[in-house]
Amino acid sequence: MTQTDTINIDRDKGNFFYPTDYEFDAGTGLNEDTVRYISQIKKEDEWILDFRLKALKVFNEKKLPTHWASKDLENINFDKIRYYLSQGQKPSRSWDDVPDDMKKTFERLGIPEQERKFLAGVEAQFDSEAAYSNMKEQLAKDGVIFIGSTDGLMEHPEIFKKWFGKVIPTGDNKFSALNSAVFSGGSFIYVPPGVKVRQPLQAYFRINAENFGQFERTLIIVDEGAEVTYMEGCTAPKFETTTLHSAVVELVALKGAKIQYITVQNWSDNVFNLVTKRGLAMEEAEIKWIDCNIGSRLTMKYPGVILKGRKSRGEVLSIALSNNGQHQDTGAKMIHAADETTSNIISKSISIGEGRSTYRGQVHIPKHLKNCKNNTECDALLINTNSRTDTYPAITVRGDCNSVQHEASVSKVSAEQIFYMMQRGLTEGQAMSLAVNGFVNELIRQFPMEYSVELKRLIDLEMEDSVG
Amino acid sequence: MNALEIKKLSVAINDSNILKDFNLTVPKGEVHALMGPNGTGKSTFAKALSGHEDYEITSGEALLDGKNIVGMEPDEISRAGLFLAFQYPSEIPGVSIANFIRAALTARLKDNEDFEVTQYYKKLYEKMDLLKIDRKFTSRSVNEDFSGGEKKRCEILQLAMLQPKYAILDETDSGLDIDALKIVAEGVNNMRSAETGFLLITHYQRLLNYIVPDKVHVMWDGGIVRSGDRSLALELEEKGYDWIKEEMALTT
Repeated sequence: MTQTDTINIDRDKGNFFYPTDYEFDAGTGLNEDTVRYISQIKKEDEWILDFRLKALKVFNEKKLPTHWASKDLENINFDKIRYYLSQGQKPSRSWDDVPDDMKKTFERLGIPEQERKFLAGVEAQFDSEAAYSNMKEQLAKDGVIFIGSTDGLMEHPEIFKKWFGKVIPTGDNKFSALNSAVFSGGSFIYVPPGVKVRQPLQAYFRINAENFGQFERTLIIVDEGAEVTYMEGCTAPKFETTTLHSAVVELVALKGAKIQYITVQNWSDNVFNLVTKRGLAMEEAEIKWIDCNIGSRLTMKYPGVILKGRKSRGEVLSIALSNNGQHQDTGAKMIHAADETTSNIISKSISIGEGRSTYRGQVHIPKHLKNCKNNTECDALLINTNSRTDTYPAITVRGDCNSVQHEASVSKVSAEQIFYMMQRGLTEGQAMSLAVNGFVNELIRQFPMEYSVELKRLIDLEMEDSVG
Repeated sequence: MNALEIKKLSVAINDSNILKDFNLTVPKGEVHALMGPNGTGKSTFAKALSGHEDYEITSGEALLDGKNIVGMEPDEISRAGLFLAFQYPSEIPGVSIANFIRAALTARLKDNEDFEVTQYYKKLYEKMDLLKIDRKFTSRSVNEDFSGGEKKRCEILQLAMLQPKYAILDETDSGLDIDALKIVAEGVNNMRSAETGFLLITHYQRLLNYIVPDKVHVMWDGGIVRSGDRSLALELEEKGYDWIKEEMALTT
């Protein structure tokens, strides 16, 4: 780590950097030793190391999916990335005990303030490990578990081992294999039967280092009739070099359980954000992904739900905003595997300037199922004539007792619309911002209030900035 | 300098000249009508004056209370006090009328001012009552799936809320049935005051039965060829525009 006295500040919230010293550093590049180093300093059980080493092999064997995805993936130099950086493996329970540089960072991002205001628990990850983790006492009394990934596997194997890597197998894709090899941080959550966590639990992921890869692993298990809302936010300072973020998130909603998972992704535009997210919904359970992608250079993320139990419900509500130099390749997967299952996908994408948005959807309803329903709506908004949007919906519905609705639209913000708004006194940036807010308004209304406000503010900033 | 003064304004679209040395003065407190057949440059004048980028002002001045607005951005012109009621207003999906007007007013706030929400709604409802607009109307998205009449009403409501120094109403009467026309006219008449100057762009004199203008100007081929009082509009209605065409042919 090079020490600099300057603090880099730009208009975007996350784009600042306080110099940090790391006690633990796996060095540059990825091989078996890297994996062993990570496992060793975490003092992991042998089976976890084995799991990692097998995953590394799968990662090395799998090709980049450039036959269908962006060739930009070839610009990731896996040999130049640092796979583990931390100042220690145990998060503090009090903000006072968090090392100063990290504390300053999280304070500037407003995390302690949000925790006081409306959160039931917070985990704040700084590069590879959580610097802070705390949950309201009552939740611990209710039996809720909210800890880091390695701790989850070591301390509660009876709960977490059973589902770990089951919803998303190591070999699901090249990046899920990468995560399985070098995962560090993330949240393991268990909510006991019938416990309804009223306030959201939040994780905040901060990448601070250059040439770094963050590989958090999250597993949320919500037992019968229980409910939880989990929110994640993320930022990184803007570096010239590429940064990699590759998470795996697995959700398990047992009978009648409800999980709502909310993401506001605001990475700087040198970050490759390649994330695998999937949930398993048992009988009458409900999983809802709310996914907002505003930052990053390339995001590839298709949250999915496997509707395994009768009458289970899956939902993906997503917003993607791509500005110059950005490609948001996002979508949803709904795999119906039981009768009377319903899924709903609403995707809104906004492309500005040379920004590019891609929607990929997969809905699968096999022939033998009855009374399954899917609704898919994907709308794209183009701000300038050189913006680009592509839609690849793949809907496989067999059998005649199931119903599917699919609607797609592409619209443009026209020069006449902008002129009309400017004639009322709005600046060009305000006019575009209003048009975009109008486009996403109906969808944002379904988000929790704190997040809809934050999201609108982020959109305003992006739009103001996009006017040259 | 309490007037909107257009001096020798020339406007081109794609290098073809539409307005040539156009002159017009609308003093504050007066209502003027700009009439003329289609294609003589009435709407071009309105758009060019508002700063639309497709219209190039090649020479001349437009003084708003003495300040030249030529070359200013559309939003600056708007905030300087010029309002244009559009002939074909754009839709803004997902943005309610209430939020749109609010954004327009917020854009006018000075640095140390805060937006007064309660005051805003009080004023909005007052104006809506005056224009006989249903309360539900302002929660609809701006111009989306509006009838012709609703679009015009929405323009007039914005005009009433923004209280500009000068307002140009571009063919506000087109597409209105007689009842809607009366409501729009009533709205404008209510706003008539020493503080505002109006320019009504219209093809027919029908609107002028309800909004009686102080002056009438007739436009032909990019310039004003005749000005007079209201009787000029009546004369036009009686004789049609051919009469102007013939006169123009004689003089050229």
